[in-house]
Amino acid sequence: MKFLKTTLVILSLASASAVQAAEDMTIRLATTTSTYHSGLLDYLLPVFKKDTGYSVEVLAAGTGKSLRMGQNGDVDLVMTHAPKAEANFVEEGYGVLPRKLMHNDFVVVGPDADPAKIAGDKDVANALTKIASYNATFVSRGDDSGTHKKELNLWAQTTIEPNFGGYKAVGQGMGPTLNMASELQAYTMTDRGTWLAYQNKLDLKIVVEGDKRLFNPYQVILVNPSRYPDVNYQGAKSFSDWLVNPKAQTMINNYKRHGEQLFVADAIAQ
Amino acid sequence: MDIWQTTQQAVQLLLSGDSALWGIVGVSFSVSLLAISIVLLPALLIGFSLAYGKFPGRWLILSLFNTFQSIPTVVIGLLLYMLLSRSGPLGDWKMLFTQQAMILGQILICFPILVSMMHAAFQNSDRRAWETSLTLGASIPRALLSLMWESRFPLLAAVIAAFSRIITEVGCSMMVGGNILSSTRNIPTAIALESSKGAFAQGVALGMVLLLLALGLNFFLSIARGKAHLRTN
Repeated sequence: MKFLKTTLVILSLASASAVQAAEDMTIRLATTTSTYHSGLLDYLLPVFKKDTGYSVEVLAAGTGKSLRMGQNGDVDLVMTHAPKAEANFVEEGYGVLPRKLMHNDFVVVGPDADPAKIAGDKDVANALTKIASYNATFVSRGDDSGTHKKELNLWAQTTIEPNFGGYKAVGQGMGPTLNMASELQAYTMTDRGTWLAYQNKLDLKIVVEGDKRLFNPYQVILVNPSRYPDVNYQGAKSFSDWLVNPKAQTMINNYKRHGEQLFVADAIAQ
Repeated sequence: MDIWQTTQQAVQLLLSGDSALWGIVGVSFSVSLLAISIVLLPALLIGFSLAYGKFPGRWLILSLFNTFQSIPTVVIGLLLYMLLSRSGPLGDWKMLFTQQAMILGQILICFPILVSMMHAAFQNSDRRAWETSLTLGASIPRALLSLMWESRFPLLAAVIAAFSRIITEVGCSMMVGGNILSSTRNIPTAIALESSKGAFAQGVALGMVLLLLALGLNFFLSIARGKAHLRTN
């Protein structure tokens, strides 16, 4: 029994120190499903590793959960797109050094039949009002993600409460939500990256795009090391520094899917 | 994150009669109860015939049912999804993302469990009980009823096992139900969603409902069993 105990103690100590040593060169990033599924990180991270030696473990979740992971000190930094929630995250002392990284945009997609007759509308608030007044089916993420918050924000700019008969809150990621919208021949709002990745499989088309209100800014925020001394602040900081330097920013601008640029780098301009 | 605090919030949510929360509980129960009640009788009859009937291919059918028990629920969900999708063969039914689709999925999940466990229950029953009833002039349904009474505890256990499986099942419900608020959102899909949102209190509250249910079912079963011992002693 005593032998077993001693062995266990030694083993746990050994593994703890092994984890400690490995952790220094490993950074944990919580990010939105949209950046992850777009393939942008798979394109950036190998170069970052070559430049600095750090490897990054990516946890892809909605913005809500990503920030929650940051708030719990489970990750070293977050990359999200919900300005209001991010501001709270920093104000409450969970995050430090927020930096504007890049932006992409949202589009409203819908069925070919276009029951609300909004195709080509340049005013997103107007288009949403029409969807509600025709009681057309609208599939909402409903998962507290950045995209969901953005959508609610747009509804707030209309006079309509998003609880009309055709409004379905499905609480799923962007990909599944797009599939559901296609199956139900419904409207939905999506980030352009996921749309480009999924459009071939879907029976939908873009109906509203280009409105400034559909703009979607991404920030990187480090988890506050004074609140969680265990986080890999040095690693997270060097990743953040690397992301906003001209090299990475140019890479972001050059990243293309299906021949289209997905993200516009914002950090150089600052 | 404070586990204790989250649990307290969860209890408050449950006690405050939060209508969204109890609506989700309602969806879970109505879907799963309906699914299991639809297949109860067919499963009973098939389980019985597999145990008492003598026909070729019996062994094969039994092995198939036993195998179907271990199909992951997401695979059943995927299969149903492809069938019910707009581009699938049953797309005209317009059943995808409805409660009916969830019921269908749960039927497919619990049917093999019921058949297989009920078969085992009948197999362990005393064949002489069946034969005696028949020789005493009971009709076949009457003899079956008395046999069921003899095997009521393993049969009950089969129903409880099947019900626990479908009421906690998340993969299939998520795929064919779609987790639509106040329509197809049930306890497991809501827990998946709440935890992905970082709203742990709601997730814990719903988890507690499931746990209480399991506790209730097990109490029920052990009380029933306890009486059985008294009766035979």
